[in-house]
Amino acid sequence: MNDPVLVDCRNVNVHFGAHHVLKNVNLTIRPGETVGLVGESGSGKTTLGRAILGIGPVNSGEILFDGENIAGVPPRARKGQAAIQAVFQDPYSSLNPSMTIEDILTEPIVARRLASPADASQQVRKLLDQVALPSDAAERFPREFSGGQRQRIAIARALALSPRLIVCDEPVSALDLSTQARVMDLFIEIQEQTGVAYLFVSHDLAAVRHISHRVAVMRFGEIVEFGECDQVTARPDHDYTKRLLLAAPVADPARQAERRAAFRALEMTA
Amino acid sequence: MSDIKTVQAPIHAASQRRHFVRSVLTNPTGLLASVALLIVITAAVFAPLLAPNEPSTVQIFKVNAPAGDGYLLGGDGSGRDIWSRLLHGGRNTFLGALITIFIAASIGVTAGLFAGFYGRKLDLVARWISDGIMALPALIVLLAFYQALGASIYLSMAVFGVMLSPGFFRLTRNLVNGVKNELYIDAARVSGLSDLRIITKHILLSVRAPVVIQTSIVAGIAIVVQSGLEFLGLGDPSTPTWGGMLQDAFANIYVSPQAILWPGLAITATVASLVLLANAIRDRMQQGGVPVRMPKVLPLTVSDTLPGAAPDVLLDVRDLVVAYPANDGWREVVKGVSLSLKRGEVLGLVGESGSGKSQTAFAILGLLSPGGRVLSGSIQFDGIDLGKSSEDEVRSLRGRRIAYVPQEPMANLDPAFRIGFQLVEPMMTVLGISRAEATRRALKLLARVKLPDPERVFRAYPHEISGGMAQRVLIAGAVACSPDLLIADEPTTALDVTVQAEVLDLLRDLQKEFNMAVMLVTHNFGVVADSCDRVAVMKDGRIVETNTATELFAAPAHDYTRMLLGSVLEGGETRTYRPPMTEERRA
Repeated sequence: MNDPVLVDCRNVNVHFGAHHVLKNVNLTIRPGETVGLVGESGSGKTTLGRAILGIGPVNSGEILFDGENIAGVPPRARKGQAAIQAVFQDPYSSLNPSMTIEDILTEPIVARRLASPADASQQVRKLLDQVALPSDAAERFPREFSGGQRQRIAIARALALSPRLIVCDEPVSALDLSTQARVMDLFIEIQEQTGVAYLFVSHDLAAVRHISHRVAVMRFGEIVEFGECDQVTARPDHDYTKRLLLAAPVADPARQAERRAAFRALEMTA
Repeated sequence: MSDIKTVQAPIHAASQRRHFVRSVLTNPTGLLASVALLIVITAAVFAPLLAPNEPSTVQIFKVNAPAGDGYLLGGDGSGRDIWSRLLHGGRNTFLGALITIFIAASIGVTAGLFAGFYGRKLDLVARWISDGIMALPALIVLLAFYQALGASIYLSMAVFGVMLSPGFFRLTRNLVNGVKNELYIDAARVSGLSDLRIITKHILLSVRAPVVIQTSIVAGIAIVVQSGLEFLGLGDPSTPTWGGMLQDAFANIYVSPQAILWPGLAITATVASLVLLANAIRDRMQQGGVPVRMPKVLPLTVSDTLPGAAPDVLLDVRDLVVAYPANDGWREVVKGVSLSLKRGEVLGLVGESGSGKSQTAFAILGLLSPGGRVLSGSIQFDGIDLGKSSEDEVRSLRGRRIAYVPQEPMANLDPAFRIGFQLVEPMMTVLGISRAEATRRALKLLARVKLPDPERVFRAYPHEISGGMAQRVLIAGAVACSPDLLIADEPTTALDVTVQAEVLDLLRDLQKEFNMAVMLVTHNFGVVADSCDRVAVMKDGRIVETNTATELFAAPAHDYTRMLLGSVLEGGETRTYRPPMTEERRA
């Protein structure tokens, strides 16, 4: 039986001037699935996320969402009421500093006339509850919250429109270790409750392993490996994925010494 | 730091605004200017009620009369009441200024918002027009219009508003360029908001404050220019205005010299208040918060004489307390930290943001941010008490015996100078060697930190190399004087993971080669496991646990350490995919 596909990227190419940023990228995401997208800086992983969101260019290729090509179509012109939402990396610049949390959360609903302002305010309480923030948070400003709490607000904003896919661009990279773990668990919990799918963009193979069902590895605008999470993050085929895996230090001196030796050996053969 | 933000009581939108207004008013300049403006504006608004006489009523026997006898400030050249004319004149003058501001701001801000947001052709055309208007001599244009359209000062002020709109345009456009790439604009787009709503809501909100300041200044200019035009006789003689009064007083200056004082004072006070108010608002915004008063009594550094430390101990920190001034005294960020470091040992200082790990490192380096102070405790480096040493003595240790590798390599290289220059200059100063010798050593060091083409890097500017290469350059600079102690503050956090592995390898090799003691400040337990002999775990300004790396990872003693190690996302089972039930989706 074939699983239904929610997002299907076919031969997506993006150029920024002379730079070929995405080269024939193929990627699928199933409903309710998390696909991890791993790569280092400049690999094109953010560009792919922005192309799917409709806030970045696509020069050729198709991005099918529910069978409909949305490549190059801005969010406003897309059918299906903002079925794709986003959570960005920097929790400081992703919330407008001069708006209250309630304004931030109700704006998409009110602006799209999906509910009256009064109903939207009702929904704010539910959203805040969903991301485990107290309901008195609604009247406060973003600067009164810590990084982890801001990221929860950003998640609540993404959930406000009941999306079917959330593109998460390095959503925990700017957070502390313990906060990171809690926010990751929140992502998983929300997915299990709502059946939303995630494209989880990150440079951190361990974080991607924790949340993903399948993982794609990008380098220089190409997907070098795409497969089941456990296989890609524990027994990778591609040399570059092996390098990524071995380069990340583990929190155990003895195992890290082995890993370092293996990384050096791989560097020698390369 | 983040903890402090979260414990604040809820603050409401209205109280935020009140807070802003109050802090502008507590500034003496702001208060004075606001009070003056309030008086002048109230007087102008209620002029018909306040003025004892009709402004145009002529009493022939009171021509150029001195003050008194029903005329509070005397009579003017035609026998009219100066005080009443001053009140009514304010009304007309403000009306003219309002017209100018309204036209200038609405044209300039609107054009600036759209040109800045959409850029490209719209921006280009708008800039041409704006530059064109700015190139026109405003006063000559106004004189020409006066000739063509007749004696309405309001029409002239409207034209003047158009002439001033490029100021608003350029200001707004530049502000929009600064915020339009913020992530919250992207988020608004993704939510499907229309461009118009994004511009009027998100962008306008973030540019409003500078526009308010600009408005205040432009109002001042408008009043001056308007008065100037009327002084030249280009106003409607039947309406009382401050400029018109100046003209009249000037004509009678030998008969009644004091008459020129009143309109002059009114104009000066109003314009000065507007400009000072703008300054007060600007100062308030640049501070970003209410000014923090330095606590009056500065506590003294208490530095006890220590019993002789073990001979192989290089760095000995005891009961270190570091604090920053806050509204109610001192806020401690390091609360009694003790640690020691032997020669050739690598100590990891681990903690989350706000734990005080970097502040501890900066205190040892003597590089606390402005306001920061070591309140008590001692820092001994190789038997030298850094707390008792002079600034010069500490400086001579820094760079020579204590080196530093920062978190953001690019931010620590000056973009205006070549890499080679930035390595050679400090070496010449610190080591007192010739330029040729320093150059030779710098090239050797660049090769030592495994940069592929040392000659090229030596000649390159910082923007021509990658972040990883920049960090190697800084490490080369740090070890240039074979220091005894290297303090590295999150040295690999900004780097890609494969580059991080290489840089950690390099640091380890150099540490062995120079037998340096290294203090590695990091939040990453993997980095600690990779490089450190001993580990100190920090939380809220205190060290909660110190142990050898092997023992700490095998058997963490403190709950906090266990919690942190438990948060490491490593290994474990992966998730299994189950397609969601379609009914569940919207649940």
